[in-house]
Amino acid sequence: MPTLDMSQVELREVNQTLQGAAGTQIAEPYEIINPRGSHAVACGLNGPLTVTVKGSTGYYCAGMNKDATVHVEGSAGPGVAENMMSGTVVIDGDASQYAGATGHGGLLVIKGNASSRCGISMKGIDIVVHGNIGHMSAFMAQKGNLVVLGDAGEALGDSLYEARLFVRGSVKSLGADCIEKEMRPEHLKVLANLLEKAGADAKPEEFKRYGSARKLYNFNIDHADEY
Amino acid sequence: MCGIVGLFLKKDELRPRLGDMLTDMLITMTDRGPDSAGIAIYGDAADGLKFTVQSDDPAAFDGLAEALETTLGVSIPVTLKDTHAVLLVPTEKEAAAIEALEARDLRIMGIGEAMEIFKEVGLPKDVAERFGLREMGGSHGIGHTRMATESAVTTLGAHPFSTAEDQCLVHNGSLSNHNDMRRRLAKKGVFTKTENDTEVGAAYISSRIAEGATLGEALEGTLKDLDGFFTFVTGTKTGFGVVRDPIACKPAVMAETDDYVAFASEYRAFADLPGIDTARVWEPEPATVYFWER
Repeated sequence: MPTLDMSQVELREVNQTLQGAAGTQIAEPYEIINPRGSHAVACGLNGPLTVTVKGSTGYYCAGMNKDATVHVEGSAGPGVAENMMSGTVVIDGDASQYAGATGHGGLLVIKGNASSRCGISMKGIDIVVHGNIGHMSAFMAQKGNLVVLGDAGEALGDSLYEARLFVRGSVKSLGADCIEKEMRPEHLKVLANLLEKAGADAKPEEFKRYGSARKLYNFNIDHADEY
Repeated sequence: MCGIVGLFLKKDELRPRLGDMLTDMLITMTDRGPDSAGIAIYGDAADGLKFTVQSDDPAAFDGLAEALETTLGVSIPVTLKDTHAVLLVPTEKEAAAIEALEARDLRIMGIGEAMEIFKEVGLPKDVAERFGLREMGGSHGIGHTRMATESAVTTLGAHPFSTAEDQCLVHNGSLSNHNDMRRRLAKKGVFTKTENDTEVGAAYISSRIAEGATLGEALEGTLKDLDGFFTFVTGTKTGFGVVRDPIACKPAVMAETDDYVAFASEYRAFADLPGIDTARVWEPEPATVYFWER
C-alpha cells in the first residue's frame, strides 16, 4: 500500500498525489501517516480511491469528496467532508463544528461525537453520528438524512427544509419550524439501511423522526410584526 | 482569527519543560495570528512581587535598578529580557514601585507572585526567541497569537492582558459590548489601559474575583454579562480556566493526560505534546466553564 508521510511530504503534494490516483480507474488504497492535525487532508478527491488517515486531522478534511472513501483513524477538525458530493467518509473519533456542511451526497459516518452545526445546510448527504451532536445541527438542511444515535443539542433543525432527522436520544430543543413527525414504514426502511451501512448497533424503532413543519416556506402576513 | 494555547501541568517533573512545550504550541498557531504574540508563565512563587515591565527603548532600563533602590530604599533585582524586564519588589513597596515605574514611562505588563508576562509585535517564533520563552519553567502558562480585528497592532494590544495580580486572560473573538462594560467597570473604580475589547473582558473577571467570586463564578458571569464572540482562557496563580460563548464559533480543543491539561485553538498545537496519542481529547462545550486548580 503506498504511504504518504506528512512529516516528510508537503500537503499540496499529498493532495496532488491522491487526486492523481483517484483519476485512474484502478488505484491502490493509500495510507497517510503523521497528519498531525493538518488542514485540508485528502480534499477534492474525484474518483473511487480508498484513503486511510492514521491520526487526527484539522479543518476541512475530505472536503468536496466525490466517489472516494476516506477513513480517518482519529478525530477531525471543523468542516469535515464539507460539500461532499458522493463516496464515503468515516471518522473513528469526534468531529468538530459543521461536519458534512452543505453536502450534496454520499455517506459521512462519525463514530464519536459531532459538535455544533453538524449537517448545516445539507443538500442530500447522509450523516450518521454514533455519539451526540451539538447545537444548531441541520440548520436550514434541505435534503438527505441525519441519524444520531446519541443526543442532540439546542435548536435542532432550525429553519429546516426537507432533510429527515432521526435521533435516538434526547433533543435539548427543536429549532424554529422543526417538529417531531410520525415514523412510517418507509422511514424505518431508510433508517435500517443507513444504520447498517454505518456499522451502527441500533434498532430503527428506537429513533424518533423530526422534520419541517413547512410553516416558514412562505411569508405569513400574520407574523409581519415579528420581523 | 487569533490562536490560543494553554498548558497546566499536573506533575512537577514537567515544570522545567513548560516554556519549551508552550513555545512549540505557540509557533504552530502562527497562521492564526502573525501580528503579535504573548505568553503568561506561572513560575515559582517569589518572595515578593514580580513586576514585568516593558519599554520600546531598552535604554529605558539603564540605571533602573539604582534609581528604584534610591526611591524605594531597598535593592530591587532587575532581570532584562529584550524589551521587557522582570523586577522583584517587596510586597509592601508595591504602590511606591508602580508610581516610580510610571514616572519613568515604563509600561507594567503584569504583577504577581508567580506570573510573568511577555508580549510583543511580530511573528510568534521571533517573539519566543527574543524573550527566551523556551528556557522558562513553571506550573502553567497561556499564550496567544493575534490577528488584530478590534484595535491596533501594538505591544499593549497584544495578549495576554493582566488586570490584577497573578491574573491574565487571552481571547479569540470580539466583544460587542466592551465600551458599555468599560464604563460600568469605571464606575466601580476599575480602569483599563487600552481601547482593546479583551482587556475589558479581563477587567470584568478581575473585578468579579475582587468582589469575592471564584474563578469559576467569574467565568460563568462572562456568559451573562459579556456580549459577542469569545473563547477565553484565563490564568490565576493556582488555576487555569476556559469558557466559550454559547454560539461557540471560535474553535477550541482540549487534551488531558495524567501529566497535563492542554488547550488550543486547533489540534495541530498538540501534535508534539508527550502522550498525546493516548490523551483524552475533546471539544469544550459552549457556555460551559472548565477550570483546574492545584
